Amino acid sequence: MEELIEKLKKEVIEQLNLEDISPEDIEADSPLFGEGLGLDSIDALELIVLLEKNYGLKIEDPKDGKKIFHSIRTMAEYITEH
Amino acid sequence: MSHIISSYSRITPGSITVNGQSEYDDENFITFAEFIKPFFKRLDLGYPKFYKMDALSKLGFVAAELVLRQVNYDLYDKDRAGIVLANRSSSLDTDLVHQQSISNRSQYFPSPSVFVYTLPNIMIGEICIRHQLKGENAFLISEKFESRILFDYVNELFMHNRIDFCLTGWVDLMKDKFDVLMILVEPVRIVNSGEEHGLTLPFSATTMDELYK
Amino acid sequence: MRPVYIAGDNIISSLGITTYDNVAALKGGHVGIRVTSNPRLFPTPVPLSLVDSALLEDQFRKVLKLNNKSEVSSEFTRLEKFLIISVHEAVSQVQVDVKDRRTLFVLSTTKGNIDLLEEKQKTVFNPQRIYLWEMARIIADFFGFSNLPVIISNACISGIMALMTAYRYLGAGMYDLAVVTGGDILSEFVISGFQSFQSISPTPCRPYDAGRDGLSLGEGAGTMILTTDKDRCDEMVVKITGAATSNDANHISGPSRTGEELGFAIRNAMKEADLSPDKIGFINAHGTATPFNDEMESKAIVHAGLVEVPVNSFKGFWGHTLGAAGLIESIASVHALKEQVLIRSAGFKSLGVPEPIHVIEFNEEKSFMSCLKSASGFGGCNAVIVFEKD
Repeated sequence: MEELIEKLKKEVIEQLNLEDISPEDIEADSPLFGEGLGLDSIDALELIVLLEKNYGLKIEDPKDGKKIFHSIRTMAEYITEH
Repeated sequence: MSHIISSYSRITPGSITVNGQSEYDDENFITFAEFIKPFFKRLDLGYPKFYKMDALSKLGFVAAELVLRQVNYDLYDKDRAGIVLANRSSSLDTDLVHQQSISNRSQYFPSPSVFVYTLPNIMIGEICIRHQLKGENAFLISEKFESRILFDYVNELFMHNRIDFCLTGWVDLMKDKFDVLMILVEPVRIVNSGEEHGLTLPFSATTMDELYK
Repeated sequence: MRPVYIAGDNIISSLGITTYDNVAALKGGHVGIRVTSNPRLFPTPVPLSLVDSALLEDQFRKVLKLNNKSEVSSEFTRLEKFLIISVHEAVSQVQVDVKDRRTLFVLSTTKGNIDLLEEKQKTVFNPQRIYLWEMARIIADFFGFSNLPVIISNACISGIMALMTAYRYLGAGMYDLAVVTGGDILSEFVISGFQSFQSISPTPCRPYDAGRDGLSLGEGAGTMILTTDKDRCDEMVVKITGAATSNDANHISGPSRTGEELGFAIRNAMKEADLSPDKIGFINAHGTATPFNDEMESKAIVHAGLVEVPVNSFKGFWGHTLGAAGLIESIASVHALKEQVLIRSAGFKSLGVPEPIHVIEFNEEKSFMSCLKSASGFGGCNAVIVFEKD
């Protein structure tokens, strides 16, 4: 799980063009939206693309996104479960 | 004469100038990203949204930043700021990226953060967000820089009192070739208010041609 | 400023290739959006509002002949055919020499010949055709316009901006006549992009409705001929009397949270037209049927003091035709003004926006002297234009 979390941090930084952020800056349990990284609605859609492109997982209902993309850890958990 | 060009920036491959003075030189760059990022870092704006922009928006954003530093926003209503920009390539540089992402049906992953930049006026949106400019805005297309096309549009806005000051110019980018003339136009009464105030070039198509050369 | 009148117009869309057919379809409640299975455009079936290709081809050949052209149809792109037919039809309604130096040509498009980026198209046309100025040159040369075209590419507000620019330049005495045209085609490029935003509804879109779940995409073209000479118009004269743009300065793809910026653009346009809210017969708004756009518009309408004014969106009929939208929807609004009729907002059943705007549910005859058209687009831009009976 920890390996997946580290991998995800790098992938999120790349997919979202967070150039001035490094994996160490992201806490696995911190909220991705709201404070912290300050991601917006386009970033949310990009995370959906990331899951599909890198893990073959399709999120049918964008509203599920709120739970899945709450933090890096919840993303990792979702991936592990599916 | 009612309006003055109080600042301008010229960006061409390898060079960034403001008001005719060199601000940055890098003849050895290979890609646009290699050219613009070090300069952006040097500006030290604390604006990470920059990194999410496409190349064209990065280019326009930096050029606007350089001339808008001239503006004293206390003197203006931001609802009456004008932005009128033009280019020849529209957003083609980014269009190609989006097209690439859909060209292979087995690797079909269109990206919303790429697609949103497949419109040339998004660059205007980025500048407006950064500086909170909310007035008249327009993006025009022509084969090459035509001062007349920009002047006609901006001049009409001033003549009919639709705006108080204006950011206008040519911002073109296609792969690693780029070409910018960004101009700040302010009313004479502001420029003559007695403070140290930058250039006082007449706002006209002829002056714009001179600055572009 | 000199008064600016509308002398002729044309609409090309899924509902037909004349203004008459299109307006009749709107009044008859005919929706042009159909679930379409075309793997060339999108991997799975999706609701689209497509121009009939056979009708297009047939009409284009006629237009080539009428203009004594030696070129054949295959030398023109799909969008060029839309625009050429549309300009031809509109110009035919007005006795003018468009080659005159006092004639302005304005073109609005968001993506131009974007289909030329596809592999199979690359060998058919000169790659330069992808540039909007090259496409504009093809259209301008076809009709012999004398001046450099003014080309506006400003997302979904381009159509209104093209009309606004012509109105401003004619009003300022810079030209006497303007041919204003605009259009966009449906393409894999655009459909895939909006799909990546998860903003396409699986069914024909429902502007302002409580169950709205996204937009429907469409294609088409529209043309308006503007003049400072009232004698060029038929008996029912309509003028443009005000217009304005603004920027939300909030987000590049999501609209303003407050609607204030569209609100003040509406107020600026009304102020220029010297019209109070009670003089506006209806608002044809943008109404794309995305949750955020429609919500923002309802707030903007309140900010502008127009909450009592009937509102409709034509996107339930034509879908969102991007660079054509501002033009074709304005033309339909002008005809509704001429015919003194409020046209129902297709797709609407019950109000699903926070402010109590009055969405038009049934066609209704009404006496009124002006209407207002608005649009908003990616990049936070807004545009508004006012039409008035003379």
